[in-house]
Amino acid sequence: MGWLQRSASDTQVTHRDRLWLYVVAAIIMLLLVIPTFIVIPMSFSDSQYLEFPPSNWSVRWYDEYFGSSKWMRATVTSFQIGVLTMLVATPLGTAAAYALFVSGHRAARAVFMFLITPMIVPVILIAIGAFYAFGRVGLNNTITGLVLAHTVLAAPLVMIVITASLRTYDLNQELVARSLGASRLKAFFAITLPQIKFSVVTAALLSFLTSFDEVIIAIFVSGGVNATLTKHMFAALRDYIDPTIAAISTIMVLVSSVLLLATQFIGNREK
Amino acid sequence: MESRVETAGINEQALQQQEAREQWTLLGLAAPAVLAVVAIIVIPVGWLFYLSFIGSDGQFSLEHYQKMIQYKSYARVFLITFEVSLLTTVICILIGYPLAYFLALLPQRWAGIFMLAVLLPFWTSLLVRTYAWLVLLQKKGMLNDFAIYIGLWETPVKLVHNMTGTLIGMAHIMLPFLVLPLYGSMRKIERDMMHAAANLGASPVHAFWKVYFPLSLSGMVAGSLIVFVLCLGFYVTPAVLGGGRVVMVATQITAILENQFDWGAASALGVVLLIATIIILYLAARFLKFDAALFGKN
Amino acid sequence: MTARQYFFRGALILANDSNQSAEASTALPIHIRDLTKRYGQMYALDSVDLEIKSGEFLTLLGPSGSGKTTLLMAIAGFNRPDAGSICFGDTEMILTPPHKRDVGMVFQSYALFPHMSVAENVAFPLQLRKVGAAECTERVAEALATVQLSEFGERGIDQLSGGQRQRVALARAFVFGPRILLMDEPLSALDKKLREHMQIELKHLHEKLGVTTVYVTHDQREALTMSDRIAVINHGRLAQVDTPHVIYNQPANAFVADFIGESTMLPLSGDSAGRLMFADQVVTTELPADAVADHLLVVRPERLFVVRDETLDPQKTIAFDGTVREFVFQGETAFALVAVDDRHELSVRFSTDSASSQNELRPGDKVSLGLHREDVITIPDNA
Repeated sequence: MGWLQRSASDTQVTHRDRLWLYVVAAIIMLLLVIPTFIVIPMSFSDSQYLEFPPSNWSVRWYDEYFGSSKWMRATVTSFQIGVLTMLVATPLGTAAAYALFVSGHRAARAVFMFLITPMIVPVILIAIGAFYAFGRVGLNNTITGLVLAHTVLAAPLVMIVITASLRTYDLNQELVARSLGASRLKAFFAITLPQIKFSVVTAALLSFLTSFDEVIIAIFVSGGVNATLTKHMFAALRDYIDPTIAAISTIMVLVSSVLLLATQFIGNREK
Repeated sequence: MESRVETAGINEQALQQQEAREQWTLLGLAAPAVLAVVAIIVIPVGWLFYLSFIGSDGQFSLEHYQKMIQYKSYARVFLITFEVSLLTTVICILIGYPLAYFLALLPQRWAGIFMLAVLLPFWTSLLVRTYAWLVLLQKKGMLNDFAIYIGLWETPVKLVHNMTGTLIGMAHIMLPFLVLPLYGSMRKIERDMMHAAANLGASPVHAFWKVYFPLSLSGMVAGSLIVFVLCLGFYVTPAVLGGGRVVMVATQITAILENQFDWGAASALGVVLLIATIIILYLAARFLKFDAALFGKN
Repeated sequence: MTARQYFFRGALILANDSNQSAEASTALPIHIRDLTKRYGQMYALDSVDLEIKSGEFLTLLGPSGSGKTTLLMAIAGFNRPDAGSICFGDTEMILTPPHKRDVGMVFQSYALFPHMSVAENVAFPLQLRKVGAAECTERVAEALATVQLSEFGERGIDQLSGGQRQRVALARAFVFGPRILLMDEPLSALDKKLREHMQIELKHLHEKLGVTTVYVTHDQREALTMSDRIAVINHGRLAQVDTPHVIYNQPANAFVADFIGESTMLPLSGDSAGRLMFADQVVTTELPADAVADHLLVVRPERLFVVRDETLDPQKTIAFDGTVREFVFQGETAFALVAVDDRHELSVRFSTDSASSQNELRPGDKVSLGLHREDVITIPDNA
C-alpha cells in the first residue's frame, strides 16, 4: 500500500489524506450508476413484485413485452419518431449553426439565443402549448406533430455541438477552398463537412435520444396508435407497477449505453 | 480633420445589395430552425399567454391570476415547488462538489473514464431511473433491506410516495447538470496556483478554502441555477415518486387540464412558471457568463 | 524550360506562344481605385488607390490593424468593401465571388485540408476545373517538384513539418495557373532561420512563375528582402508606395521613416536664406517644394560615423558634437546613444570588425559624429 504515502499532487497532500474523498466519490458514483443498471437483474425476476435480488429467474417479462402488440406498436412508434426527429433536427440545426457562425452579422447572436430558447422554456409549458395548438390544426396523436415538437427540443443540442466543433475548426480552410475555385456550397460539403462529420454524428445520436427518451410532450400530444413507449411507461408507472417495465427499461438502458459509448469513441476520433 | 464629403463611392450601391443578399442567404439557412421554434414555442406559448387573461365568461380578466393569490391551495403548490427545487439544489451541491473535486484531481484520461459514471445516468431515460428508484425505495426494497441489515433502523421506513422519495429521485436526475459545469470550472483552476499557495505557506485546507473554492464558485453557481430552474418545471419524477403527495406547479397544471379542462387557469400557472424561469436566468446572465452556464451543460 | 512554362500558363494559353509573351500573359495588373471599408466609425480602408503592375512582387507592409489584411482580403473577395473598384487587367472584379476570381491564396495558418493527402490537396483546384486525371497527376507532380516535395505526395498533412506545410500551401495556390497570387503573412509561423530561407525561396519562385504577387507582412525586413515594391499602409491609408531602396532612403513621411528601419529624427528650422538648419549646422539648401512646413532630419544609425582627427569638408559632411550616454555591444554591431543637445539624442550603429574596434566608446566620452550629405533625409513634419 505504498501509494498511500505518495504525494497526491504538487502540494504535500498524500493519498492517505485524500482517502476520505476517494471513498465519498466512490459511494456517490455507485449511487449514480446503480439505479441505472439495477433494472437489468430485476427484469429477469420471476416475481410479480419488484423484489431485489430476485428469488427466481425468468424471462417472462421479456415474453410479455415482445408478445404484447401494445408495447411492440409503441416501440416501433418511438423508434420511428426518434429517427425522423434525428433526420430533421440534424440538418436543421447544422444549417442554422453554420449560417450564424459564419455570418458575423450583429443579429446572429440574437438569433442563436432565440434558437436555443427551447432549452430554457419549461417543457411542461411547451407540452401544453403544443397540445393546444396541435388541437387546432389536427396534429395531436400524429407522428408529424410529435416529430415537430421533438425537433424543436433537439435542434438546440445540435446547434451547440456543431458550433463548438466549428470553433475548433480553421475556417480559413473554407476560404482557401473558395479561392481555389469552389463555390461556398461546394467548399462546405467538400472541406468543412468532412472535418466536422463526427460532431454531426454525435449531434444526430443526441437528437435521436432526446426524442426517444422524451416523456412530457409525448404524454400530451401522442396517443392512440401513435402513443410512444414513454407515454405507456409513464402511465404504467403511475397507475400500477408492471414488471414488464423492467424489461423495457433494460432495453432502453442498453440503447443509451451503446449510443453514449459511440459518442465517446467518436469524440476520441475527432481529436 | 477636414469634414468628409459624403458622396456615393464607386460600386457602392451594388456592393450594398450584394452584402444584403449574402446576409439574407445565411439567414435563409437558419430560417427553417427559426420557423420551427416560432411554430412550436412562440405561437403556442403566446396563445397560452393570451388564454391566461381570458376569464370563464370569455372576456379579458385577471381572474386566473387573482385566484393564485386568493386560494391557499395555489400558495401550497408554489411553496412545495420552491421547497423541492431548493432542497434538490442543496443536495446536489453537497453530493456534487466532492464528486467534481475528485474528478478534477484525476489525470485527464482517468477523469474521462470515471466521468462515464456521471454521463451514463445523464443519457439514460429519466423514466427508467425514476422506475429504478421506485423499486429501490419501496418498503421491501433494497435500501430498506440494507438499512435494516446494518442496523440503521428496525422496521421498514416509507421512503417513496412522499417528499423523501421525490428528493432522492430528483437529486439523482439533476446531479449531472451540476457536476458538468462545476467540473469544467475546476479543470480551469491551474495546479500552479495551488502550488504557489502551498509555497507561500498555506496549509492544504487553508489553500483549498482561500484559493480553490472561490475559483470553483462560478461553475457551482452556474450549475446550481440550471438545476434550480429545471426543478421548477419538473413533472415526471415528483408525479411518480411523490405519489400524489408532492404537487408541484407542473403537476398542478396537468391536474387542472385533466380534471377541469380549464385552459385559462393552466396557462396562467404556466406563464408564472415561465416568468420565474426568465427572471432567474436573467439574473444569471447579469452576474455570470451565461454562455458558460448553458454550454457547460453539454 | 518550355514544358514548365507551358504548365504554369494554365490550360487556356496555347503552346505556340513565344516564351516572352507567355511570361507576360500569366500575370495581370491590379488597379485599385477609391477602395473604402468602414467598421463603424473606423476606416479600415480609406479611399485607397493602388496600381499593382503586371508580374511584380508587391508587399503590403504596416502595423497590425493598419488595413493591410483587409486590403488583401478585398482583392481575394473575402472582404466586401463599402465602395471602390478592383480591376484585374481591364475587368472589374469587385462584385465577382472569390471562386471566380482565379487568384491563388496562401494563408498564415496554411489552411491545408487535413482529411486529404498532400497530392489531393494540390489536386483540389485542378479537380474543380475538371482537369483530366492524367493531366492532373502530371501537373500535381510538377508543382510538388517545384517546391521540392516530389516524394511527399502520398503523405498526410500531419506528417509534415511547418516548412513542408508551407510549401504544400504554395503548390496548391499556383498549380492551377492563377494570374494573381496572394499571401497573408505566410512565413510568420516559421522559426527565424527557416523564415529567412523561405524568403529567398519565395523570391525565386516568384521569378520563375512571373505571376503578379501581393504579399502581406508586418515584418519590415521581410518586406525589404522580397519585394519589387512596398506599399506602406497605416490607418487604412497608403503612406508610401515605392521600391525598397526608395522607401528606405527617401521615406516620404515620419511614419515610413520610423516604421522602416531604425532612425532618429531631429527637428529642423528654416532660416531667412531658405536653408534648413539644426542648431548652427546647415543641413540642406535644397529646399523641398513645401518649404513652408517644418521639417525633420531623419538619421539612420548605421550612416553615422565617428570623426577622429581628420578634418571634415563641410561641403560633403555634417558633424554633430555630443556626449555618449550608452554603449551596448550586440554581436555583429555595437550601438550607442549620443546626446547632441539637451533634448536630442542620436542612435549610432557601428560595425564591430577589428578595423572598427577603435569605435569602442564609454559613457561620458565626448564624440563627434559625421554624416555624409548624400545620406541626408529630410521630411516634412506634420505632427
